[in-house]
Amino acid sequence: MSKFVSIEEAVKLIPDGASIMVGGFMGCGNAHAFIDALSKSGVKDLTLICNDASMPNGPDGGDFYGVAKLVHNKQIKTLIATHVGLNPEVAQQSMIEKTLEVFLIPQGSFAEMIRAHGAGLGGVLTPTGVGTIIEDSPYCLGKQNIEGRDYLLMKPIKADFAIIAGAKIDKAGNVWYKGDSSNFNIVMATAAETVIAEAEEIVEIGEIAPEDVRTSAILVDYVVEGGKYL
Amino acid sequence: MMDRDQMRAFIAQRVAKELNDGDVVNLGIGLPTLVPNYLPEDVKVTLQSENGIIGVGTVTDENRDARHVVDAGGRPSEVAPGGSFIDSATSFGLIRGGHVDATILGGLEVDAEGSLANWIIPGKMMPGMGGAMDLLIGAKHVIVAMEHTAKGRPKILKKCRLPYTAINCVTKIITEMCVLDVRPEGLVMIEYNPEFSIEEIQAATEAELIISPELKPMC
Repeated sequence: MSKFVSIEEAVKLIPDGASIMVGGFMGCGNAHAFIDALSKSGVKDLTLICNDASMPNGPDGGDFYGVAKLVHNKQIKTLIATHVGLNPEVAQQSMIEKTLEVFLIPQGSFAEMIRAHGAGLGGVLTPTGVGTIIEDSPYCLGKQNIEGRDYLLMKPIKADFAIIAGAKIDKAGNVWYKGDSSNFNIVMATAAETVIAEAEEIVEIGEIAPEDVRTSAILVDYVVEGGKYL
Repeated sequence: MMDRDQMRAFIAQRVAKELNDGDVVNLGIGLPTLVPNYLPEDVKVTLQSENGIIGVGTVTDENRDARHVVDAGGRPSEVAPGGSFIDSATSFGLIRGGHVDATILGGLEVDAEGSLANWIIPGKMMPGMGGAMDLLIGAKHVIVAMEHTAKGRPKILKKCRLPYTAINCVTKIITEMCVLDVRPEGLVMIEYNPEFSIEEIQAATEAELIISPELKPMC
């Protein structure tokens, strides 16, 4: 199988019950075309690792922006995120219907815990969350005092799949991100068994200068072309 | 008596005096976003958005690109000239690493120990902490800017009753009634709004206020 596949082929890689990391922040940097196809696939019982659950309407309109589609279609069984307040369906499914389990992690720790797995580290020591109920989280392994300051030991986070999105991806698979859409895509590309990258535009090798490559082709298993999909 | 908009403007105006030329500043949603409107001409700050902007700029119809540039509230945003975009791990490295001078945010409860609660009401609401826990432990100056009470109910408590966002982190509390310095001995009132008496301010506050010998009117 070539690295360049259709969105349909890429969606078929994801089985029921898989854990997926999805890059993006409130929909910015979500792989919109892939997520839309996944939301229509009927795949269920997913663990979604994403900063947020996006929001019901995108900034340019449209229903269920980015990963909000997966929540709306009740394809998510477990959500690991930092903020879910802009998508009221999360509260509905987790607190009222009780069909969705949510684990909340501080955003800086979340980024670093994903980075840790991708960088081969056994955990993260961070002062964030000390003295809060994060100490009771299953993702917190304890507290350590180093030179007079308390730190929480947080577990690395990994996934079966990372779904990332770049504005340009070259024919080798190198990714260039526009604006602040790189956000969690960069760390997620290092922390999953299989990385699927959606390009708005696929370009020739050399069109992205080597120093502008933010996610190396060696991390990217599959590339799909999403276009300017919203 | 001020109406709610005047109250929020009054608080934002006072918060602006806390910022110094050259500061790197993170603004929470709501009231804190009004603060830059009150900065004097000679105070230029770099606004940072924790999802990946250093130097937040102004969105116009021409530069709007919601697909690629949003702020920490998910709204279309822009980078200012001289600014840059970074990824989330780098952004929070800067935040935890002490490279942000000030963070300004609201709170549901804040207490005499400088601890803050603003991310969850168990059983009722769980929006999540987002970047707040990291900002509170990482920023050098943590300013809570909020209305003094919630419909008359004190928000400045002896000890927070809601789950903490972070402990012992707040450096200053600024409300429409007063300015409080958080010090080891407790909450020290350094300025007050002369529209209220000291007794009225204490009555609206659960924590015991220490009156600074240098107490002066807010302006």
